[in-house]
Amino acid sequence: MNTQLLLLVLFDGIAYGALVFLVAVGLTLVFGVMRILNVAHGSFYALGAYAAVSLAAWLATRGMPGWLALPVYLVTAVVIGVVVGGLMERFLLRRIYDNEQALQLLVTFAIFMILENLQRVIWGVQPYFYSGPLQALGNVSVGGVTYTAYQTLFLPAIALCVLLGLRFFLRHTLAGSVIVAVTEDREAAMAVGINARRAFLVTFVIGATLAALGGALASPTTSVLPGIGPDMIVLSFAVAATAGLGQIEGAALAALLIGLGRSFAVFYAPEFEVVMPYLIMVLVLLVRPEGLFGRTAARKI
Amino acid sequence: MMRILFPAILAALAVYPFVGTSYVPLLTIVFAKALPVLGIILLLQAGQVSFGHALFFAVGAYTMGFVLRDVGAVDLVLLLPLATLAAGVAGLAVGVFVVRYRYIFFAMLNLAFSMVLYSLLEKFFHITGGTDGLRVARPTVLGLAMDRAEFELVLYGVSLALLAAALAAVHRLLDSPIGHTLKAIKTNETRVEYLGVSPRRTLLAFYVISAMLAGLGGALVAVFQGLATPDYAYWTRSGEMVFVAILGGAGNVLGALVGSFAFEFIRSFAAAYVGDYWQMTLGVVLLVIILFQPDGLIGLVQRLGRRPGRGRAGAAGERGRSERNAMERV
Repeated sequence: MNTQLLLLVLFDGIAYGALVFLVAVGLTLVFGVMRILNVAHGSFYALGAYAAVSLAAWLATRGMPGWLALPVYLVTAVVIGVVVGGLMERFLLRRIYDNEQALQLLVTFAIFMILENLQRVIWGVQPYFYSGPLQALGNVSVGGVTYTAYQTLFLPAIALCVLLGLRFFLRHTLAGSVIVAVTEDREAAMAVGINARRAFLVTFVIGATLAALGGALASPTTSVLPGIGPDMIVLSFAVAATAGLGQIEGAALAALLIGLGRSFAVFYAPEFEVVMPYLIMVLVLLVRPEGLFGRTAARKI
Repeated sequence: MMRILFPAILAALAVYPFVGTSYVPLLTIVFAKALPVLGIILLLQAGQVSFGHALFFAVGAYTMGFVLRDVGAVDLVLLLPLATLAAGVAGLAVGVFVVRYRYIFFAMLNLAFSMVLYSLLEKFFHITGGTDGLRVARPTVLGLAMDRAEFELVLYGVSLALLAAALAAVHRLLDSPIGHTLKAIKTNETRVEYLGVSPRRTLLAFYVISAMLAGLGGALVAVFQGLATPDYAYWTRSGEMVFVAILGGAGNVLGALVGSFAFEFIRSFAAAYVGDYWQMTLGVVLLVIILFQPDGLIGLVQRLGRRPGRGRAGAAGERGRSERNAMERV
């Protein structure tokens, strides 16, 4: 095996894994806390990508330097998370927390359809591309292989920050402890005066923001076109299931595995690119049916 | 109520092509697509949601395409059982694996398998025709070659008859002891095990049946549209099937017909009247139905049927009820 090609595969896999992690960890967080599998999660990713690419490209024509797009991405993601995610939780999901899981799935599926259409109406079907930040950060060379710093350093760094940030937030802050308490036992938490509704809202907004951020950060490396939302949601489903549901560290490992697996396929067996994540998921679940970091639930008679 | 309504609906549908023709194609699609939905409803009795039944839908569709392309003139009477059987075999292969898992894992693994088939269909274009899809030639029916209009009419009848048979069969099946086992799995699987029944084997049997229903539906749609595309296996198709099942009402087999009917009609009218916004309109309408009618459209029909004093008491009953409602609100 050629070392340079292998390095390329590694860089590419890590960069992709970092993006998938951002999206999947949001999904995992929402599922872990609210027990809702949000089918519309991929739409936040797509909205983030579309909003970021059009806003950054427009600002660039006004003379904004490429690197300044990065804070713009962050702001865009937060706005989408708060507005779209917040409205969705406040006015739709809140009504169905006590319903059957299948029904909750359907509500998010309906929202997925609406957001998917909305995005087509606003941005049309032509692909968008703006690579300003990619060029602004330059390239790095390792072992004779040149790759963009954006993908080799920046994306993994962001993913690591999010991982550590979430861990810190959930374990060492009051708001995080509240969310964990609601996850463990909603009734008991409410009995001691915790506002479970607000905890759900905050969780959902964080999840949506992370997905939108994933989309925004992915936009310089790929064309933004219809279908990226549905594609990303199935991928993050695969990551969440491989990880063990609600497991943040598991999501990081699974995203890395799936990112690397996919980029191996891209370079060595392109026909199997799309199949690879599911192959990894199936293999993991064969050995550990509850996922990498999942806990086996006690069986009640 | 259902005992009178069901045959009446079927009779009306059977007579329809002799009175009007404009909705024949749309109704054929409704019947064909109600079959996979019926399969989803079957699994929902055990509390399991499959997010990958488009897989079997596509297997049925591509079986039709492959046989007609590579074997040549095969009759529809032979093709449909063949496609159903192929979907059943696929169902057994996937089922052996997925029945070990429950709930979200069950849903996701199904989704994974269907996405694998989707990408294989798309990538191996020299066999499958890639994204352009595979043309499905018009087969003979009982040895007769037909023109398009005749064939569509025949397909309408065939789809309706098959759906009616499937609805009756699944209804009987769910009422049988093994059907109740399925419901017991949803309530408490461990207890089912303690009774000496294998939940996995029961679930596998029903999984294969539901896969065959999906395959038959796919075969009918493919031969009706003359085309099978990888899109048939894409996860949003599976999502649509689950969606339609809950929309119609997962507690009753008729939910498959009612849901499919509502979905296809809303879709086609939205497409005709609001053009680019059809998907959004569909989503909003369905959202309203889910939020305000959680037991599905069939639940609405049943509730209307069960209301006391309806018909004979007429307006008085209506008034009495609204007064009662007012009391409850106070």
